[in-house]
Amino acid sequence: MDPALSDDEALPTRLQKAAFSYFTEFCDSDTGLVADTSRDGSPASIAVVGFALSCYPIGVKNGWMSRADAARQTLKILRFFSRSEQSKDPDATGYKGLYYHFLDMKTGKRVWRCELSLIDSALLMAGILVAGVYYEGGGDDEAEIRKLSDELYRRADWHWSESGDGTIAQGWKPECHFLNYGWEGYNEATILYFLGLGSPDFALSSHGYTSWGLTYQWERLLGQDVLYSGPLFTHYFSHAWIDFRGIRDAFMREKNSDYFQNTIRTIALHREYACRNPLAFSGYNRDFWGVTAGDGPGDQDLRANGRDRRFFGYMSRGIPYGPDDGTIAPWAMLAALPFDPQAALAGTRHLLQAYPQVCQDGRFASGFNPTLEKNGTGWLSQGCYGLDQGLLVMMIENHRSGMIWDLFRRSSYVRTGLERAGFSGGWLRT
Amino acid sequence: MNPKSAAKRAQREERNYLDRVRPHDWKNPEPQVIYDLAILGAGPAGIEAAETAARAGFKVALIERNRLGGNSLNAGSIPSKAVIRTANVYAQMHDADEFGAPMPTEPAVDFTNVMARMRAIRSRIGEYHTAPRFARIGVDLFFGEACFTDRNAIAVAGAHISFRKALIATGARPRPSNIPGLDMVGYRTSDSIFDMTALPKRIAVIGGGPLGCEIAQALRRLGPQVTILQNDAKFLPREERDAAEILSRSMARCGVEIRLNTTVTGARKGDNGVILKTYNNDIEVDLETDQVLLSIGRVPNLDGLGLDKAHVAYDAKRGIIVDDFLCTANPDIYAAGDVCMALKFTNAAQASAQMAVENALCGGKGRHDALMIPWCTYCDPEIAHIGLHIWEARRDAVPIRTFTVMMHDIDRAVTDSQDGGFIKIHVAQHSDKILGATITASHASEMINEVSVLMNAGIGMMALARMPHAYPTQSQGILLAARAFMSDKSAGACSPGRSKASPRR
Repeated sequence: MDPALSDDEALPTRLQKAAFSYFTEFCDSDTGLVADTSRDGSPASIAVVGFALSCYPIGVKNGWMSRADAARQTLKILRFFSRSEQSKDPDATGYKGLYYHFLDMKTGKRVWRCELSLIDSALLMAGILVAGVYYEGGGDDEAEIRKLSDELYRRADWHWSESGDGTIAQGWKPECHFLNYGWEGYNEATILYFLGLGSPDFALSSHGYTSWGLTYQWERLLGQDVLYSGPLFTHYFSHAWIDFRGIRDAFMREKNSDYFQNTIRTIALHREYACRNPLAFSGYNRDFWGVTAGDGPGDQDLRANGRDRRFFGYMSRGIPYGPDDGTIAPWAMLAALPFDPQAALAGTRHLLQAYPQVCQDGRFASGFNPTLEKNGTGWLSQGCYGLDQGLLVMMIENHRSGMIWDLFRRSSYVRTGLERAGFSGGWLRT
Repeated sequence: MNPKSAAKRAQREERNYLDRVRPHDWKNPEPQVIYDLAILGAGPAGIEAAETAARAGFKVALIERNRLGGNSLNAGSIPSKAVIRTANVYAQMHDADEFGAPMPTEPAVDFTNVMARMRAIRSRIGEYHTAPRFARIGVDLFFGEACFTDRNAIAVAGAHISFRKALIATGARPRPSNIPGLDMVGYRTSDSIFDMTALPKRIAVIGGGPLGCEIAQALRRLGPQVTILQNDAKFLPREERDAAEILSRSMARCGVEIRLNTTVTGARKGDNGVILKTYNNDIEVDLETDQVLLSIGRVPNLDGLGLDKAHVAYDAKRGIIVDDFLCTANPDIYAAGDVCMALKFTNAAQASAQMAVENALCGGKGRHDALMIPWCTYCDPEIAHIGLHIWEARRDAVPIRTFTVMMHDIDRAVTDSQDGGFIKIHVAQHSDKILGATITASHASEMINEVSVLMNAGIGMMALARMPHAYPTQSQGILLAARAFMSDKSAGACSPGRSKASPRR
């Protein structure tokens, strides 16, 4: 084996460093905003900014960035959000202390008539809270980071997004107000609920979390008892910040499990599904999996080997109910590192050996589909996505040192949010 | 068949059919002094009630204002299933190469023939609902508009009918339009969609309920462009999400365009068809179409029944108000079927009718909410359900576990290239009692009956796991779910002694 692939420590570190560099390469020098993707003309995504804020401390720890630079970059971002326009104006940056999903990199104004996004605001806010805890030094910059972090978190009006029955709207637009979509079934929104529940002044009501839990599905699927959610990323996102080992809410107490354990089982489910490969896609096996949300080949149909193939563009893919078009996210296996290191490393090694093209300059592409052959190499998403890079940096670090988990649990808002959601046990006892 | 002979065949079948379900020379019998049971409406509920009561030796009057067989035979279940079958044949021709068979060159659709087949089938099934048959089983059949004249009497076609007990089984009809302008441009409902004599190029289906989806998919497979316009943000909001999403993708694959979260706010005539004004969030879009199918639910048939004179309480939306035992505010009058039930299905109508007769005439104490009734959406794949949904169990704080078998893990589904979908069996967490099931599969409607038998007979997962199934069959997947239950390590917590459902007890 290529020695660059064989070392259990060196391989993830190399890939983590490359992923981290996304956040210094694709940020705006004035606003500090970070691009959604590496593609030309990409706007900023507030969720990616949240990941960036969480990754800078990791860069400092690993010697890829000086603490002063990290603090300066962080402050730039917090100042931007603190000073940018908050109003019902369709060109504003946000409203009610929450933010539009996509912003212009330079001006920070809303683009694409996109929605004010609750989940993406939560991911941004998670990064803002990490900054507030990490920068505990005495200098002016770090003091201002702590102050702004607290202000930005406290002014976010989560409660506003909640309807009478406790359902949180997924988004809001000045043109038509709340979108007609709520959260149904377990997914990545867990962190949104915790951050919303932890707010001192604009907290979500706790019955909203309870009623969301009523839509959960506990199923025995392909030999695994799991709290089901199809796309793999939904089992990762909240875990990038929160250490779910040993802490449980009412649902997990009933099922005698926890959310960390659930992700472990879900990874086993993904591997088993890939092994059975019911739709006969190329490449799928126990070390080639990771069906999740991400870029895809685009809407096109193909008839191959007597099977109807329908391919999709950027969308949320999931297993076992689908949609699955043979596209996997090349980063998704390595992101399993804290949950199942053996599966994560075996899959990543196999992927890099069999399909080295999925990792360019050390960064994984968003999507890869070997079933849809183009020039004999399979379809590959161009460039890379900030979300993927951020998640990878954090998951590798959590596996190595638990750094983000430790930082995040020091936030009193996080602890309050978890307790209001009914969590107890594990590290919440201390 | 050439178009002329197809049209002739269709006319002939239609005459036969009408002779059976509404003979033109029918003479109402002389009413008896008093009937044990007078039934208003000879749809599935009314017919079931008449047969049940007559078999038990009661004197029965059955009154129908239109045709025997009700909506189910005349416009609903039977015609739609006949057309869906033809549509599936076309779909299979298109997919022939998936089965190693040559794909036929673009098979032409002859809609007249499709309709002729539907009418022949309807006529054949109508044979079981012929007017003279009721006379043979001792039921007095009256055609005409029935109207209560007091608490224990009905007037019909000039005759006076006295009863000890009555059953209102007048059914429901498609909810009419509330969309400005739609009445002016014209539209069809499930009652009239199969009266079409030619296929339009484009059809807009307003409302995304099960019936609308069934018809939408079938028509699409016969050629027209079909667009579903649905208010709700979720496709088939009452189904399990995984089932609804699998079906949604299947619909998309056969070319049905589904526009969710879309409200139709107006309709007008355009140069080339009907123009529907639609809103999705803040975006206004005009949709041009040739035909509109309005499928926004059903309203109970209450008009002209004289319910106030009979002291029967009702609500224009919910229908006849009944207690747990299907009795109305008048203790001598019961109701069954679509006119009072939330579940508006033929089998629910029949089951409730049987229960109402037993409660009314035989001192029965059956509760309609205890009826364990399976129901299906007959799209491709079909979605079938019985008992509790997962969300209902969670809402009612009933801890459950779900055992899922993917169709692609069932050998027969693979041999038949029908391996999309799943079987989910919901089981009480600390026993083997089956609380509900959802099946999404090509033959889900057939497979759900096994679960209905299990549940209604109180057979649990442990006993099921030992019951031989034919192999290879798709329903063998139900057995596989029970095997998964048995292999579950935590099943150790569930001994046969603790299972209330196991027949071994």
